[in-house]
Amino acid sequence: LRELLFFLAAFGAIGGALAVVLVRNPFFSVLSLVIHLFALATLFLLLNAEFIAAAQIVVYAGAVMVLYVFVVAYIGGVKEAPPLRGESSAIGTTGVIFAAGLVVIVTIAVVGTSLTAIDTEGAKVGIGFGSPGAIGELLLRKFLVPFEAASILLTVAAVGAVVLARKRRGLPDEEGGRPSVPGTPAGASPAPESELLGGPEAEPKPLPAGTAEAPGDPVPDRGA
Amino acid sequence: MSITWYIVLSGFIFAIGAAGVMTRRNPLVILLCLELMLNAGNLALIGFSKMWGNGDGQVFALIVMVVAACEVTVGLGLIVALYRRRVPIDVDEVSELRG
Repeated sequence: LRELLFFLAAFGAIGGALAVVLVRNPFFSVLSLVIHLFALATLFLLLNAEFIAAAQIVVYAGAVMVLYVFVVAYIGGVKEAPPLRGESSAIGTTGVIFAAGLVVIVTIAVVGTSLTAIDTEGAKVGIGFGSPGAIGELLLRKFLVPFEAASILLTVAAVGAVVLARKRRGLPDEEGGRPSVPGTPAGASPAPESELLGGPEAEPKPLPAGTAEAPGDPVPDRGA
Repeated sequence: MSITWYIVLSGFIFAIGAAGVMTRRNPLVILLCLELMLNAGNLALIGFSKMWGNGDGQVFALIVMVVAACEVTVGLGLIVALYRRRVPIDVDEVSELRG
C-alpha cells in the first residue's frame, strides 16, 4: 500500500510540476501548483512528517496560494508573449538541456553515494517522531535562534511587502513626485491588502452595469 | 520504499522548477517555479530526516517554508508595484533596474 501511495503521489507531484511550467495561463499554473503541493504533502506523510504535511497544506495550499490567486486576478490574465521567436526558443532549448543535465547529475550523485542507509526505508522511529510536540520541542530547545530569526524575517518581509505595494497617490507615468503620501500616513499602510481584495472587485463593476443585465443592481441597494 | 526514490523524485522536481525559471518570462510563473525548487529541497530534507531518524531535517524544512513565504510576499509586492507603474509584466522588460 505504501508503494502504491508513493507512486500515485509521485506522479501527482511530477505532473503538477510539469503543468506549472508548461501551462500558458498563470491562473492554471497556480492551480496545478496546488495539486503538486497536495501530492507533496502525501509524500511527507509517508515519511513520518505529519506536522510538516499539515503545515504544508495549511500554509502553502491555503494561505500562499490564495495570495497568488489574488495577485493573478489583480494583474489579470497577462498573455505571455509568444515564446517561439528565434532567440527565446534557443533559450528554451538550453533551459531544457540544463534541466535534463541536472536530473542526470542528481541521480548519479544519489545512486553512487556511499551513504549506506539510503537504500533502506530509514531508521525505525518512535511513534511521536514528526508530531507537533516533537517539532516544537526541537524548535524551542535546539533551534531557538533560527526560530527567532525566522520570526524577524517574517516581520521584515511583511513590512517590505506593504511598503512595496503601497498605493502612491497621484502616481505619474514617470517617477516625479509622489505628492500626498506624507499627508496620509495612517491610510497608506493598510492600503495594499484592501486593494488586493478590492482591486479585482472594483474593476468589473462598471462592466455589468453598462452592458447587460443589471441596471438596477447596485443603485437600489444604495437607495434602500 | 527506500529513501533513494524520494531523493531522486526531489531531483526531478528541482530540475523541472529550474527549467521553468530559465524558460518562462512571466515573473508570477517564475515565482511559482521557485516554489517548486524550494519544495524539492524540502522533500529531500524530510527524506534525509527519515533516513537518520532525526527530527532536525523537519525543522529545517519548516524554516524553508518560512523563507518561502517571505520570498512570496516580497515578490508579489514587487509584481504589484510593477503593475501599478504600467510596466509590462515580463522579465525581459524590467532587466535594467531603472524606472
